[in-house]
Amino acid sequence: MLTPEEQREIEEEAAHYPVRRAACIDALRVVQKHRGWVSDESVRDIAEFLHTSPEDIDSVATFYNLIFRKPVGRHVIMICDSVSCWVMGYDKMRDHLKSRLGVEMGQTTSDGRFTLLPVVCLGACDRAPTMIVDGQLHANLDPAKIDQILERYE
Amino acid sequence: METPLTAKIRPDGEMIDLAAYERAGGYQAARQAMQMAPADIVEVVKKSGLRGRGGAGFPTGQKWSFVPSGPDSARPKYLVANGDEMEPGTFKDRVLLEGDPHELVEGMIISARAIGAERGYVFLRGEYTDAGERIERALHEAKSEGYLGQNIFGSGADFDLRLHMSGGRYMCGEETGLLNALEGKRANPRAKPPFPQVSGLFGKPTIVQNIETLCNIPHIVEKGPEWFQKLSLTGDAGTKLYGASGKVKKPGCWELPMGTTMRELLEKHAGGMQDGVQFRGALPGGASTDFLTADHLDVPMDFTAVAKAGSRLGTGTMIVLDDKTCPVGMVWNLEHFFAQESCGWCTPCWSGLHWAEEILAAIEAGRGSTEHLARLDHICKMIAPGNTFCALAPGAAEPLQSALKYFPEDFERHIREKRCPWRDGR
Repeated sequence: MLTPEEQREIEEEAAHYPVRRAACIDALRVVQKHRGWVSDESVRDIAEFLHTSPEDIDSVATFYNLIFRKPVGRHVIMICDSVSCWVMGYDKMRDHLKSRLGVEMGQTTSDGRFTLLPVVCLGACDRAPTMIVDGQLHANLDPAKIDQILERYE
Repeated sequence: METPLTAKIRPDGEMIDLAAYERAGGYQAARQAMQMAPADIVEVVKKSGLRGRGGAGFPTGQKWSFVPSGPDSARPKYLVANGDEMEPGTFKDRVLLEGDPHELVEGMIISARAIGAERGYVFLRGEYTDAGERIERALHEAKSEGYLGQNIFGSGADFDLRLHMSGGRYMCGEETGLLNALEGKRANPRAKPPFPQVSGLFGKPTIVQNIETLCNIPHIVEKGPEWFQKLSLTGDAGTKLYGASGKVKKPGCWELPMGTTMRELLEKHAGGMQDGVQFRGALPGGASTDFLTADHLDVPMDFTAVAKAGSRLGTGTMIVLDDKTCPVGMVWNLEHFFAQESCGWCTPCWSGLHWAEEILAAIEAGRGSTEHLARLDHICKMIAPGNTFCALAPGAAEPLQSALKYFPEDFERHIREKRCPWRDGR
């Protein structure tokens, strides 16, 4: 079930499109904001709310990089693996994060604290290497700085 | 040297709010435009010679003139700002979005007047959260003053402007893919014709413009087409937001006269190469542009001259390749990106790019053969313009085909030595 707050937020978006279904991506973002990810149940709920099919919603949900169709940890680390960050040492930053967290890319730490994912170019190439944690940009990374950043997320 | 696009941006990184923007002369151009006939605004932009700053360089005024006008034309018309900025190595629109969101809003108000648009969207990539908050704030401020909404500036015209945060996919930057995304669909490209100017968002006439393009509009209206042309060093008008990333001393983004040379960008603004590394080449305008080399350093960075040199100005933000970085690994990284971001709509793209990625991975891992090089060459030809549905795959071919052309000995050495010569030393 979508919560009343989720329904209100999706309704607000839907009101600004001539077609109700067009609020699909907004709806996925609203649900993910509240729940961290988008479950099969949420896909069905959004479909019903926007008067379309769950298959239709899922075809959209699985297309977009920032919509999570699997559970994630309390904090999501997305490290940029695109070209400028690669030139500036992405491999070392990724390996440091993997060993520090004890996970492979795409996995969540056993305490549920962090999920580690790759992301495409974050548009901060003049400050490479970069990553975002819960949507916040961290730039000019080095292993010591990564350790300091991780401390801030419980 | 004038820097109209970035002149109002605060040095402390905070956004300039409405009051400060207006004190600096902001929204005067919008007021002026409300007194002009829409066709006259189109004419001014045409005369200015402004070309789209998103990569393709299409003349902006000409694009606008394709929108049907008159009382019987389809309504509502839409104006969409393309703030998807997902081209790897590109970080110029972020500077404008975060630093001066009112400049974008004003540019959109004037552009909407020119094409008769009543509704607009700022389409922003989902990762640009700071920019998103600032645009929301600017929209709120502009609405409160009556610059957006109904009867704007008392002109009788309505313009409703909304922010859309993307779900994240490179294909959203493609004009028709973006329209599908705004309609809540997968960002597959659409067949053209019909062109979006005639049948775009929700089947209505739609203009999609890059952020930097729209931010130029208030200045062109206020100061005129002749002034705009004089900003440039060459035949392509205006200033340009240039950037450099990679192993240079001072990576960054700078507003400079259009036609500034790659050498000036590299040596003067980026401070030259970092100690201990040498320049080998650069992708002049983002990931989907052909490599240029040291032989091209004196090429003026404008649409015409970079095309003549065999590449594209693209977004104007260059990615530098140095001699301590493996060109094969760099191209593998790029093709991995394009293969992953391909929407899967047409076969040459999804199949061709995955093959290219696999082959480059094999060469980089020391499992390459000379036959692989012929196959990469073949793939570049098969995904060339005309063979695919949109520009993603032809763009992906550009760094690959040019790396094969300019760095053949690096590919051959990987194959001969059955390893990446850079890997052990990195």
